[in-house]
Amino acid sequence: MKAAPFNYLRPASVTEACEALADDAEARVLAGGQTLVPMLAMRLARPSLLVDITRLDELGAIEDSGEGIAIGAAVRQAVALRSDLIAREVPLLAAALPNVGHPPTRARGTVGGSVAHGDPSAEIALAATILDARIVFLADGEEEVMTPEDFFIGPTVTMAPMGGLLTRVIFPKRPSGRVGAGFREVASRRSDYAFASAGAQVVLDAEGKCIEALLGIGAVGDVPVAVDVSGLAGTGLGEKDIQDAVETALEDLECVEDLHATASYRRRAAARLAGQALEDARVAAMGEAA
Amino acid sequence: MKTNLTVNGQQVQIDVEPRVTLLDALRDELGLKGTHAGCEHGVCGACTVEIDGEAVRSCLILGVQCDGTEVTTIEGVAPAPGEMDIIQDSFCATHGLQCGYCTPGMILAAKTLLAKNRDPSDEEIREAISGNICRCTGYGQIVEAVRLAARRLRESNAAAVEAGQ
Repeated sequence: MKAAPFNYLRPASVTEACEALADDAEARVLAGGQTLVPMLAMRLARPSLLVDITRLDELGAIEDSGEGIAIGAAVRQAVALRSDLIAREVPLLAAALPNVGHPPTRARGTVGGSVAHGDPSAEIALAATILDARIVFLADGEEEVMTPEDFFIGPTVTMAPMGGLLTRVIFPKRPSGRVGAGFREVASRRSDYAFASAGAQVVLDAEGKCIEALLGIGAVGDVPVAVDVSGLAGTGLGEKDIQDAVETALEDLECVEDLHATASYRRRAAARLAGQALEDARVAAMGEAA
Repeated sequence: MKTNLTVNGQQVQIDVEPRVTLLDALRDELGLKGTHAGCEHGVCGACTVEIDGEAVRSCLILGVQCDGTEVTTIEGVAPAPGEMDIIQDSFCATHGLQCGYCTPGMILAAKTLLAKNRDPSDEEIREAISGNICRCTGYGQIVEAVRLAARRLRESNAAAVEAGQ
């Protein structure tokens, strides 16, 4: 379990980082390293150069950019979890973050790194997919902005531009009204790679009626997916309403089978978790002032 | 690559290849064998150390990434040679260790928790050690050890002085 040799660069600026990445096709970005370093140890990745971006102040901020909350590529998951701005403006991401790894991995792992890696069971990627976040790369001196739907194309396979650097992920701010979010997953050990996960966000009116509902499922297929539960609008989000909406929404859900879980288990778990996440979201929204 | 860091309060310089993890640098360059190598890919938590006050897995960090950081290993936990700190002593008192392989990692994870949270619930203790695998003692006594350490730290004069009481 020792990595093959590579070079290491700690650039002083984003420009220097991008130059290094553009110069060497085998170079890779090192952010939190909580997935990349094990891949190096197992020699699943053998880069020639690691470009360590974690100390670049330019990438270290969580900012209200007007249209959304922009999370820089060097922002640690633990920092995002403690962020009041994220808790207030992106409740679904705030609900997903406690499920990301363990406290010691969150202390190092980054929000951007999780997105860039493209693991289908990644909670942050699922939240980004449900909320239709924007993934921003810098490549050849130009910004390229992608939607999660276009970006995630397979298990750890993404449309990241060659030699590009993910600079930030922009999550849309919560809609107005009473908003609540829920996130549920099942794994072999708390916070391990999930077998199935579900995230939900609902908006309620003053009477508790649903105005908008979002739902997404992760870890069951090749990529996290947002599914359509728009039929919940106008309902009171009763048990039966949720059950029917989830059943319809997950009809065409593609589930994979591996040594941890069968496809049919994943499908059943996804449906159950989806219902729970929606119910959690409803309860959270009811707690907001009408 | 030359890297300067502080380990257990002492300034040290290591000269390692970029591929050498902090875990291997601590054990092989600095002779600090108390940090245990378990899975070496971030699953078991045996190699947990503190960097700048946060519990982290030393197998998932390269030595060269630690330039300018402050690292605390299990060797830096006790106040003096031959003594034990409150957390270590609590593990003994509650039989929170058996073979001892996971113990340094458990203690560093507990240390980080108790520095931030003086009165953690069992749920919070379990969350703090959720990334650390024990295969023989059982988690019940480990949770008990951390609970006891928390109580002792709250009740000790040292904790009261730190809290400005």
